[in-house]
Amino acid sequence: MQNLAEGLRLPTNGLDYAILGIYFAVVLGIGFAARRSVKTSLDFFLSGRSLPAWVTGLAFVAANLGATEILGMAANGAQYGAYTVHWYWIGAIPAMVFLGLVMMPFYYGSKVRSVPEFLLHRFGPSSHLLSSIIFAVSSVLIAGVNLYAMAIVLQALLGWPQWVAIVVAGFFVLAYITLGGLSSAIYNEVLQFFVILAALIPLTIVGLKRVGGWNGLTDSLSGSHGDAFLTAWKGTGIGESNPLGANWLTIVLGLGFVMSFGYWTTNFAEVQRALSAKNLSAAKRTPLIAAFPKIFIPLVVVVPGLIALVMEPSLGKAGKDGLQYNDAIPVLMRDLLPNGVLGIAVTGLLAAFMAGMAANVSSFNTVFTNDIWAAYLKKNREDAYYLKTGRWVTAVGVLIGMGTAFIASSFSNIMNYLQTLFSFFNVPLFVVFIIGMFWKRTTAAAGFWGLLSGTVAAMVNYFWFYKQGVITIPSDQGANFVSSIVAFVVGAAVMVVVTMFTKSKSAESLAGLVYGTRSPGMTELPGEGDDAWYRRPALLGWGAIVLAAACYVPFSF
Amino acid sequence: MSDYQREVEELERESTTAARLFDVRRIIGGLFVVYGVIVTIAGITASDADIKKAQDININLWTGLGMLVLGLLFLIWLKLRPTVPPAPDEPADDQG
Repeated sequence: MQNLAEGLRLPTNGLDYAILGIYFAVVLGIGFAARRSVKTSLDFFLSGRSLPAWVTGLAFVAANLGATEILGMAANGAQYGAYTVHWYWIGAIPAMVFLGLVMMPFYYGSKVRSVPEFLLHRFGPSSHLLSSIIFAVSSVLIAGVNLYAMAIVLQALLGWPQWVAIVVAGFFVLAYITLGGLSSAIYNEVLQFFVILAALIPLTIVGLKRVGGWNGLTDSLSGSHGDAFLTAWKGTGIGESNPLGANWLTIVLGLGFVMSFGYWTTNFAEVQRALSAKNLSAAKRTPLIAAFPKIFIPLVVVVPGLIALVMEPSLGKAGKDGLQYNDAIPVLMRDLLPNGVLGIAVTGLLAAFMAGMAANVSSFNTVFTNDIWAAYLKKNREDAYYLKTGRWVTAVGVLIGMGTAFIASSFSNIMNYLQTLFSFFNVPLFVVFIIGMFWKRTTAAAGFWGLLSGTVAAMVNYFWFYKQGVITIPSDQGANFVSSIVAFVVGAAVMVVVTMFTKSKSAESLAGLVYGTRSPGMTELPGEGDDAWYRRPALLGWGAIVLAAACYVPFSF
Repeated sequence: MSDYQREVEELERESTTAARLFDVRRIIGGLFVVYGVIVTIAGITASDADIKKAQDININLWTGLGMLVLGLLFLIWLKLRPTVPPAPDEPADDQG
């Protein structure tokens, strides 16, 4: 990523900059307009738990559709071919459906304000504090990654010096979140979702025409990369080789189950969007509504990666100074889009960078203020104090994010970096959640040690066993999948053992937090119209699963 | 019900988001109408080089029209099903 080729400068003109300028004005406007709706800390951190499901659902998918994801998945498409669809159809969809149908009643119904806060009530302060600190640190790191990646891209595409990009984007994110809190983050995410689609759809259409349609694309790539490049499963038998460097078992268990469930069900930057929904039904529908756009996103992200590979066969192979896989989408923008749509594309990319960063910042300020500051440092102050603290924490978080931007520079493929982090932090958290939600007996100590041992096990596996060559795995991605499985198994085993030797919490204190129990006051009347058939969570969830499975058919034979 | 749940319920009662937050459909609709008009005009006045670059598709025209239609759909939706602010002293559970 840090070596975007010199020749990537886009031929932008005044029209494109006018489009970009309008967007920045609207972003700030949303911040100022949302400001008057913020009265309590709940308004600031969770939009007063009052947003409709379609807004939280689109924000849920957009919070994940940051520019690092878009450029990174197009890069994976160019590097690994059709195997990239695994991140969507087996990776994201089952986990999102599980979050909506199984976990959301506990999250939303128990009225917790964050994912770590659930740990506080289910397990106790030690696992709560540990996960809060890990989350706070990782979200600031990832915000920094985003900012750094953006500076690199803007320098290559627009010729902006890196510090200008960092300061401008950092300032806008800081301003609109400090003013309007989560509401302005979510509104900007919904807006960004539509703008990025308005950029990617024309890009894909023109690109497909350039390479001779879908048939032209598959013919060229089958010729240059072999038939397996355009299948999802060929060569994934254990012991066989494929571009991804993973077999079907590590794909299904590592990526599909452990890693994706860890990311989608416990990453507060995502779950926060669902917690801001107006009632339990809307909260359950949030990830389910998000699942449908998610199924089709590879069409406008992975396909452009493949198109770029046909147009620029040297992509990723020309050494340090040539075009990198991450340049796939910028190359298409440069070669195919005239001024006008080009401005929309630049705006969409910039909006996606800012939204990706904003999602991390708005979840960071919530966890830091509620779960660290209010829970352990300054307890029992009045609400206005925590609202003010939240605003300050936002500013400090953005500034630290700017400072940590340089950490991203040690990995060439940004997705690898992010996923490595997620496999270390989210998977053990998922183990603790899933066991804590379904096993009444598991104890506070088990939660803490499960979390710690799982995180350490993943790091040992990745940095020692894999990086030092103790075990052989063909690629970083494959090693990520294996590390996730290791984290899951070690975390779960430690939890079971520790539970045997420690005392369980009383049944009353677990009401509403464990499967088969309800908290008093959890029963909530459904909102008007929530019983319509198309709003039934089970139908939406299973519909998404069936659709994702059907999408595999053309890539499986 | 435990203490933190009572605290969240209290904050929910005092919350002003449902009553005061503007409707995002207005923003999406407005921005896409503006963008749609700008990009459509760029499409109508497109040079031969622009069209050739986009593989003989007048991509500005089509994208502009598409954005215009999407923007208008949001504004029509807002007109047909406007936001209903919650009645005072009632749980904020219906705003369309």
